Amino acid sequence: MKPLASVHERELKAERGVRQKRKFGELGFGLLFASPVLLGYVIFVIVPIAATFYLGFTSYSVGTVPKWIGFDNYASLFSGADPFFYPAVKATVYYVGLSVPLGIILSFFLAILLNQQVAGKSFFRGVFYLPVIIPLAASSMVWMWLLQPDFGIVNYALEALHLPTSRWLGDTTSVVPTLILFSFWTLGNTIVIFLAGLQGIPAHLYEAIELDGGNRLHKLIYITIPMSSSIIFFNTVIAFINGFQTFVQPAVMTQGGPNNASLLYVLYLFNEGFKSSRMGSASAISVLLFLVIMLFTAAIFYFSKSLVYYEGKEERR
Amino acid sequence: MKKQSMANRIVIYALLIGGSLFFLFPIFWMLRTSLINMGDLYQIPPKLLPDDLSWDNFEQALGAYPFGRFFLNSTVITASAMLGVLFSSSVCAYSFSRIHWKGRDKVFGFILTGLMIPFFVVMIPQYVFWNALHLTDTFVPLIAPAWFGGGVFNIFLLRQFFLSIPTELDEAAKVDGAGHFRIYLQIILPIGKQAMIVVGLLTFLANWNDYLGPLAFITSESNYTLMQGLTLFQGSYSAQWHLMMAATSVIVIPSLIVFLVAQRHFIEGIAMTGIKG
Repeated sequence: MKPLASVHERELKAERGVRQKRKFGELGFGLLFASPVLLGYVIFVIVPIAATFYLGFTSYSVGTVPKWIGFDNYASLFSGADPFFYPAVKATVYYVGLSVPLGIILSFFLAILLNQQVAGKSFFRGVFYLPVIIPLAASSMVWMWLLQPDFGIVNYALEALHLPTSRWLGDTTSVVPTLILFSFWTLGNTIVIFLAGLQGIPAHLYEAIELDGGNRLHKLIYITIPMSSSIIFFNTVIAFINGFQTFVQPAVMTQGGPNNASLLYVLYLFNEGFKSSRMGSASAISVLLFLVIMLFTAAIFYFSKSLVYYEGKEERR
Repeated sequence: MKKQSMANRIVIYALLIGGSLFFLFPIFWMLRTSLINMGDLYQIPPKLLPDDLSWDNFEQALGAYPFGRFFLNSTVITASAMLGVLFSSSVCAYSFSRIHWKGRDKVFGFILTGLMIPFFVVMIPQYVFWNALHLTDTFVPLIAPAWFGGGVFNIFLLRQFFLSIPTELDEAAKVDGAGHFRIYLQIILPIGKQAMIVVGLLTFLANWNDYLGPLAFITSESNYTLMQGLTLFQGSYSAQWHLMMAATSVIVIPSLIVFLVAQRHFIEGIAMTGIKG
């Protein structure tokens, strides 16, 4: 691509004379066409983030004037004066820490399964993807009914098979594992992205392993996983960012209960801002979320450099 | 790839079918429960299929709240947001892919960081902002962002696609005296139709299925979306699962239809995002 680009640049330079006659140059057009997102980014992202940082240092609810209180909001979070902060952090670490790695492994496995040469391939692909398009509020309702402790079909089936049943969402010890199980139902996006990556692996690599007498496991370890490492990385970053923002499921299914065991961080944030109308403290909670996500992303990027194999390095700029 | 052995194939099919059951059974059970009559709801052992279909459930469920109104609200919001996203994300993607302006790629790189910023971090100031303009409890906060870029992700997707269109086409049009408006409308948009469909579908789902946005910005019942209507319903009919599932089915069906019609586009669109990421 390099020589092409420079030819192109030369053409551009030749054209520049013509273009400068127009009052409105390429810069003008570029900014004009990009203006929706440039404005939008300022109005809906940059200013709000600055405002979040500011409000985090205030005591504020809608209709009042923000009152500067320094680090008091943060102090009350970390000191445990706010009884919900540590339960929320604990529930979120538990949920994200298990659902993300397990979800990545499971969806990678399912993508390999969908990549086999079988009849009805696209049917299965559609079926595995289907739950993703169902509104989460609706599927949360459906799963509540499936897992209803006394009349739900799942407990009935377990009992019929003489397996132990569970209170599922109704018990402090099982509620987070149940949410994790539910998260596996909506892995479709991750699966499809993995699948696209698997389809891009050249067949001759597998043939080479076969010639050397390698088996399935060798193919997985020496080809499939290394060749997918950049996509594994991409999916993991996305899954962590999304995992921290899991809201609908606990909001609809448990409202954070029982006993705050499923009070995921963003549900706590929402309640603090909109239910208790403590927008100052809710902003401090948002700031912490923002910092954690930034640190996390940066850390994953940093550590992945040594782990991820990119074909054609110049593609990464 | 080599022909697989019989035992291998059996294992693969068993896993595929097992997986399909896991993904499909909840949907089947929702539809089944929505059509069962109250008497059979708690019966042990549960009937796999209802004896006779109780369509009354739907009438009862939909009659309980103004679902027609909720449906209309969801439709208005989703349609306006789709228009906004299709227009503004394509215009911006055009700027970031076809116009050569100074600092373009740096600006784009900066805007891409928006992908990592959770809505929750900007939610409270946005609420304060709309409240100051007396626009909370209207559809504006849910629609306006669509017209201002329509999401970094959509711009990213369209830009990738537009970059793959040969520049010779633009050059030829320029020689003929076409400006950027005409190149955008008459060359890039028609060629980019495929990608626009993907963006349109993703926007439909994101808005139709949105739960958090309405919850944060909309307060009066007459402005509720379908998702809010569903939780309203949950509050008062929590034990009447046949009615709950009827209401849930009604909400799921539009998304289901869109998926069945456009399955290929969805899956290709999602796949596109990962490969180039």
